Amino acid sequence: MILTLGASPIDGFSALVDGAFGGRKELADTAIKAMPLLLVGTGICISFRARVINIGGEGQIVAGALVSTVTALAVPDLPAVVLIPAVLLAGVVGGGIWGAIPGALKAYLGVNEILSTIMLNIVAVQVMNYLLRDPLIDPAEIERGTRIPQTERLSPNADFPILLGGTRLHLGVVVAVVAAVAAWVFLWRSTTGYRLRAVGAGRDAARYAGIPVERMTLLALTASGSMCGLAGAVLVFGSESHRLVTDGSSTGFTGSAGFNGIVAALFGALHPLLTIPAAVLFGGLLVGANAMQRAIQIPASLAIAMNGLVVVFVVASVSIRQRLRIRLDDQAMLRLRSASHRRRGDALGATRTGMETEP
Amino acid sequence: MSTTHARPDRHGAQPARRWRRRAVAAVIALGLVGAACGSDDDGDTASSDADSTAASGTTGATDTTTAGGTSGSTATGASTSEGTTGGAGGDIRVAVVLPSAANDLAFSQSMADSLTRMQENGLIAEFAMSENMFVVEDAAAAIRDYASQGYDLVLAHGSQYGASLEEIAPDFPEVAFAWGTAADTFGLDNVSGYTAASDEGGYVMGVMAAMLRGEGSLGVVGPIEVGDAKLYVDAFNAGATAQDPEVEVGVNYIESFSDTALAAEAATSFVEGGATVLTGSAQMTVGAVGVAKDRDVLWFGTNSNQTQLAPDVVVVNQVYKWDVVLADLVAGIADGQLGGETYEINLDNGGEVMEFNDAYDLPDDVRQKADETIAGIVDGTIDTGAGG
Amino acid sequence: MSDFFTASVLVATVASGVRLSTPYLLAALGETFAQRSGVLNLGVDGVMLLGAFFGYWTVLTHDNLVAGLLVGAAVGAVMGLVYAIVTLLFHAEQGISGIGIYLFGLGFSELMYRQQVGTPLPIRGLGEVEIPLLADIPYIGEMLFRHSGIVYLAIVLVPLMAWVINRTQFGLNVRSVGETPDAADSLGVSVRRTRAVTIVVANALAGLGGAALALELGTFQQNLTNGLGFIAIALVYFGAWRPTGVLVGSLLFGLVTAVVNQWKTLGILSGSTASLATMAPALLTVLALAVIARRNSAQPAALTLPFQRGR
Repeated sequence: MILTLGASPIDGFSALVDGAFGGRKELADTAIKAMPLLLVGTGICISFRARVINIGGEGQIVAGALVSTVTALAVPDLPAVVLIPAVLLAGVVGGGIWGAIPGALKAYLGVNEILSTIMLNIVAVQVMNYLLRDPLIDPAEIERGTRIPQTERLSPNADFPILLGGTRLHLGVVVAVVAAVAAWVFLWRSTTGYRLRAVGAGRDAARYAGIPVERMTLLALTASGSMCGLAGAVLVFGSESHRLVTDGSSTGFTGSAGFNGIVAALFGALHPLLTIPAAVLFGGLLVGANAMQRAIQIPASLAIAMNGLVVVFVVASVSIRQRLRIRLDDQAMLRLRSASHRRRGDALGATRTGMETEP
Repeated sequence: MSTTHARPDRHGAQPARRWRRRAVAAVIALGLVGAACGSDDDGDTASSDADSTAASGTTGATDTTTAGGTSGSTATGASTSEGTTGGAGGDIRVAVVLPSAANDLAFSQSMADSLTRMQENGLIAEFAMSENMFVVEDAAAAIRDYASQGYDLVLAHGSQYGASLEEIAPDFPEVAFAWGTAADTFGLDNVSGYTAASDEGGYVMGVMAAMLRGEGSLGVVGPIEVGDAKLYVDAFNAGATAQDPEVEVGVNYIESFSDTALAAEAATSFVEGGATVLTGSAQMTVGAVGVAKDRDVLWFGTNSNQTQLAPDVVVVNQVYKWDVVLADLVAGIADGQLGGETYEINLDNGGEVMEFNDAYDLPDDVRQKADETIAGIVDGTIDTGAGG
Repeated sequence: MSDFFTASVLVATVASGVRLSTPYLLAALGETFAQRSGVLNLGVDGVMLLGAFFGYWTVLTHDNLVAGLLVGAAVGAVMGLVYAIVTLLFHAEQGISGIGIYLFGLGFSELMYRQQVGTPLPIRGLGEVEIPLLADIPYIGEMLFRHSGIVYLAIVLVPLMAWVINRTQFGLNVRSVGETPDAADSLGVSVRRTRAVTIVVANALAGLGGAALALELGTFQQNLTNGLGFIAIALVYFGAWRPTGVLVGSLLFGLVTAVVNQWKTLGILSGSTASLATMAPALLTVLALAVIARRNSAQPAALTLPFQRGR
């Protein structure tokens, strides 16, 4: 495709790699781009492991961003040591609530989560638009009469500290990695995580083994939402503008992280630790593609199409991993069944032995 | 259809290898298909990208460096400084970040066109463009990148970029920044603001619309109630009512700059409610213009010249020509002044031009009234009602 | 508010609602078909965009509306083939691969648009087709019988699909493959072939819906659908996987959108309430479903589970 537009593919790809990984600044930009992908991807790992499909990432990011913004507006004078964790926590709470709603609807009312998450995406955007235009709008905007829908510059105490001088790399990267590790620990080293995965492996078998399936479903969506909400907080407080600002769509703020994160999770085979390099790779592609266009001057939309092809390629290549996973899930399910046969009536906590395998 | 399925308990490389080969084959096939589609009329099938690792996942965020390409889709080579009049800004390099496509027949196009004209006339050396930067954070990164790449003037063409610019500009005191539409320079001396007095043209068009409407009402399709869109809509309303106090003006802000379908629906509602004249601001109005065309309802355009969208029913367009602002900015930079000013395009300085559609048969009295109104606004005798 | 309750306004609103619901209906019907056979297709929005662009482009270059619609459907069918390969041969995780298709459709449609067209050139819109006699019924005539041909097609597809699913052998295959693929397989039904057909049909309908949207609007733009495809998927759940239910859902969604639009036009809604009202269709859909509290029992049991013999 590049050839037909009169440029050299070699130059193109080298510009891409350079742009993504070629120097400190480039690496920093890649990491920044990767952060929300990693967080959302981690959330997807959690929910998909329970076989719950969460495509409400966009809305959950927005919800987390809103709650953390409100927090910063409410208590701007707290010292950074307190305020930063506070806004992060607020993001977790905001996104968590936005995930809990579809979670509860599914668990207790049987409302399909695809429907509710999609609808809540729409709702979240409109709520954000409303808030940014009225209650949360920068008072200076009202004075000036321009009414640009944005908040005021948020408390400097909440600015994420820059980690690497001369770049924009900020605390968010640490937050994202910690979250991914925490998710891994949760999924494979805790009882609840084990139960969650059991539900994903087979609802009926899990229920038969005494696992509270409804609660696990709710947990899966809530946890997934919290990760996305955390991404929202990171996006706001690590941003250039240090405000919540968009153009009326959710994508203007999230950059489609709610969907791209799903793909990152796919790259990472639904494993939080593998999602780390996957998100970095994906983030690098996003950053590098822009650099490639600047370097060899091909129209931008070409990169978008290539992105599509990449996704299809990855989707096809997942087949191998998918077959592995099915095999392991089957083994797990077999063990679960036999375990519950042996331990019928006992508390489930003791039957951890069969499910310890990591893909 | 294959008759064998890998059984879960068969551990072996065989099934996996077979699938792997199939996966690669499928991807190569897809790559060829995709390449064929992309190259289309050429008939070339470019090399397939079986291992294509290039991607731009942020859907829509693009980055193009063109030296003077108006249609935006094909890029030419390095910049050429055409035109004999070098002028004071002859070696100024400009970069612009646009929130939508450079050929959207609206806000972004107005700036892209202006820059192209400037470059063709030798008033600037070259310009680089990042289009479709509707993700605010990506735009911020682009602004920062351009500044660090040594461009003399970086334009942030979108009011949502201001907040980011406020943080970036202090890091680059030798670079001149400008953003619009806005009047705030943040007290920084390397930031300028530019606005469009869209209310002026809006008022004139409101007057004209009231005269041309017959017995029907007027319909306005707006994006979000901010910035120059709000100025335009309010003034259109004011002008129409000033001309004819009985007129009904309906206003629908569809809460989006991009939802074409909703804009079309809003326009349809107006028409079915008796509107004979429509107008609107921002790039999603393409949908509304389509309705005007289909229903034979008059259209007043703003931001860019939208006549080609509906040649029979477009009456006049208020076209933004940023050239005057750019010229001032460039001249200032050449003199060493990097910012601190606000500029405005209006009917007086040629920044806003009312381009009438010759194909539409405009009655003489309407045209005369329009000219009078324009003159009145220019010399200050008519107040459009905008804050100033 | 009294303005709203006049006959002409109400009629226009309902007509608008019917018109608005058509792309949703087409895509959702297709998705229903696929999901009844146990396949989740999240890429609908992307396929709609591809259908929209290629349909638009066909009309732009050849000025033939029917060709435009057909091309849209054909493009959808091709994407359906791709998705069928990925899902049925490679057993990729359906939820995620669907999103991949969505992203591809979103990007590729934009690429092609910018490469081949660029500026939003207008095309001829779909004309109205009046149904003789019926169109003259006061009120109802205008609401239901003065639409473009594609609207009628979409509505006719509802009973057609219901008939196929419930009263044909193939439909029986579809349902059994969706509920108990193992049993179906043992009875000699080809799970793969059945699902391949439903997937191709579903995506063809999505492509058609996208083309219909573009032709209705008379233009194209990046991300023309703006999430419409996802809403269509959601409507399948709302309709409990039955074509008539999907019809109800699409109409509800279209009508609420039309009402909100009309209220804004009339000035009943303005300012900040307007932005809140824009989410009304979405909220109402979720509320309606929660209130009705239909259990997931209607869901095809094998939905999203890849089929493997011997599992």
